[in-house]
Amino acid sequence: MSTEIVATGLLSCSYREGRVLEDVSFQVERGDYVGIVGPNGSGKSTLIKALLGLVTISSGSAALFGTPLSGFRDWHRVGYLPQSLHLVNPVFPATVHETVGLGLLSLKRFPKRLNRDDIGKIDIILEELGISDLRSKLIGELSGGQLQRVLLARAIVNDPELLVLDEPTAALDPETRGRFYAMIADINRSRGVTVLLVTHDSGAIGEHASKMLYLDKKVLFYGSFDQFCCSPEMSSLFGEHSQHLMCHRH
Amino acid sequence: MNLLEILSYGFIQRALLAGTLIALLCSVLGVFLVLRRLSLIGDGLAHVTFGSTAIALALKFYSVMSLLVTMPIVLLASLGILKLTEKGRLSGDAAIGLVSALGISAGIILASVGGGYNVDLLSYLFGNILSIRSEEVVIAALLCLGVMLMLTLYYHELFAISFSDELAKVSGIHTSFINSILVLLTALSVVLAMKLVGIMLISSLLIVPAAGALQLARGFKVCIMLAAIQGCSSVIIGIIISIMANLPASATIVLVNLLFFAAACIIRRFIYPAHSN
Repeated sequence: MSTEIVATGLLSCSYREGRVLEDVSFQVERGDYVGIVGPNGSGKSTLIKALLGLVTISSGSAALFGTPLSGFRDWHRVGYLPQSLHLVNPVFPATVHETVGLGLLSLKRFPKRLNRDDIGKIDIILEELGISDLRSKLIGELSGGQLQRVLLARAIVNDPELLVLDEPTAALDPETRGRFYAMIADINRSRGVTVLLVTHDSGAIGEHASKMLYLDKKVLFYGSFDQFCCSPEMSSLFGEHSQHLMCHRH
Repeated sequence: MNLLEILSYGFIQRALLAGTLIALLCSVLGVFLVLRRLSLIGDGLAHVTFGSTAIALALKFYSVMSLLVTMPIVLLASLGILKLTEKGRLSGDAAIGLVSALGISAGIILASVGGGYNVDLLSYLFGNILSIRSEEVVIAALLCLGVMLMLTLYYHELFAISFSDELAKVSGIHTSFINSILVLLTALSVVLAMKLVGIMLISSLLIVPAAGALQLARGFKVCIMLAAIQGCSSVIIGIIISIMANLPASATIVLVNLLFFAAACIIRRFIYPAHSN
């Protein structure tokens, strides 16, 4: 079985206002927990969206599980958690249970139907994430932290091999944020799920990620968090003092 | 005239049957449209129906035969709205406005050039469910069956794109195909609903039941069921009131629908006071 879960080669993306990503090349191995960090407008979210086929790649290549993106069909192997607050319509009438059930559709063939086993899977994942009591609540009635857990349950209910998270903690308070990162780390370890997580919070993610990718349109650094802390490039970028503070938390 | 007497007339039975079927379609589709912020697509397509009906009348296609002209034009217009939204750097409401303007202006020009069929065309503006013919009821029933079958087969995909296009795509759902199905089914329903409430009030048949159901529903399936109940009840009650009080059926149906919506808002304030603001 291939251990290369994600691979890009000289990947570039452009919007009307210009290039957002330039010649991005990196590989993610099975079991990795990669934190993608960088300043605002550095192309972090675009990179994630390009890997999921949500934005068009202008040049270069991207592959998931060894299959070029254009031919990739095994979406049940991928779980995705976007920035939740902009995504959810507050008057959408779905219950938590129905919302989590949407995560199982990638496993289904036409006509897609959820059976008794699927209901069981939904109940188990709600239990595992400690949100069983929210089962019948409408998603518009949830707090930011609860909503994030529900969308995480939706993303992992189909047992994906790759979990992609785009600034999942942007709307959470620091305490909830810390608990959320720990939960992702636990999923990474206990389920062997490869994780790709975009965040602004390079210090907090460093406590859990096995690798860091620093992006500013181009890949400026890709390696372990320890290497990240010793990297002279990062030192010149952040200044030695800031780098020390960031890495000291580790 | 008592209720039993009213129900004994063939034309009223036909109106109730066809009206209920069309209301069922519109209210179920309306839930998806409202949640996808495409509420006004019914209005836009109704205006295209007006233009295409003018073409049908100009070509001397009357009554059921006019569907042979209106159906393909409205189906194409629905896909046009979708393409304008996807590729034309336009939001959904602007695309609907463009297609709507084209439909209504084409209709007005044809009506003014044709002159002689102005009266026929105006009857489509306000609908006349009580004049519905047996063959139109059969067509409504067949189309209703087809649309409900498609909705059942694609229920989860429609639910997924209504929740989030982005998440649906990453679940391997062909969102542009499902969006096309949604607008095509809406186009079919709008052409059918023209006879029931007329071009001017079609969008209310799509929007109001969904808006009412959203006030009370606790779950997506429940929301669809509540919308269907409100839509069908409004048509049945509206037709009966219109006959008893000698009022226009289309406007009465819409007003009953709005009363249901108001009642749902009031009930919501009592049942879920914490979430009613």
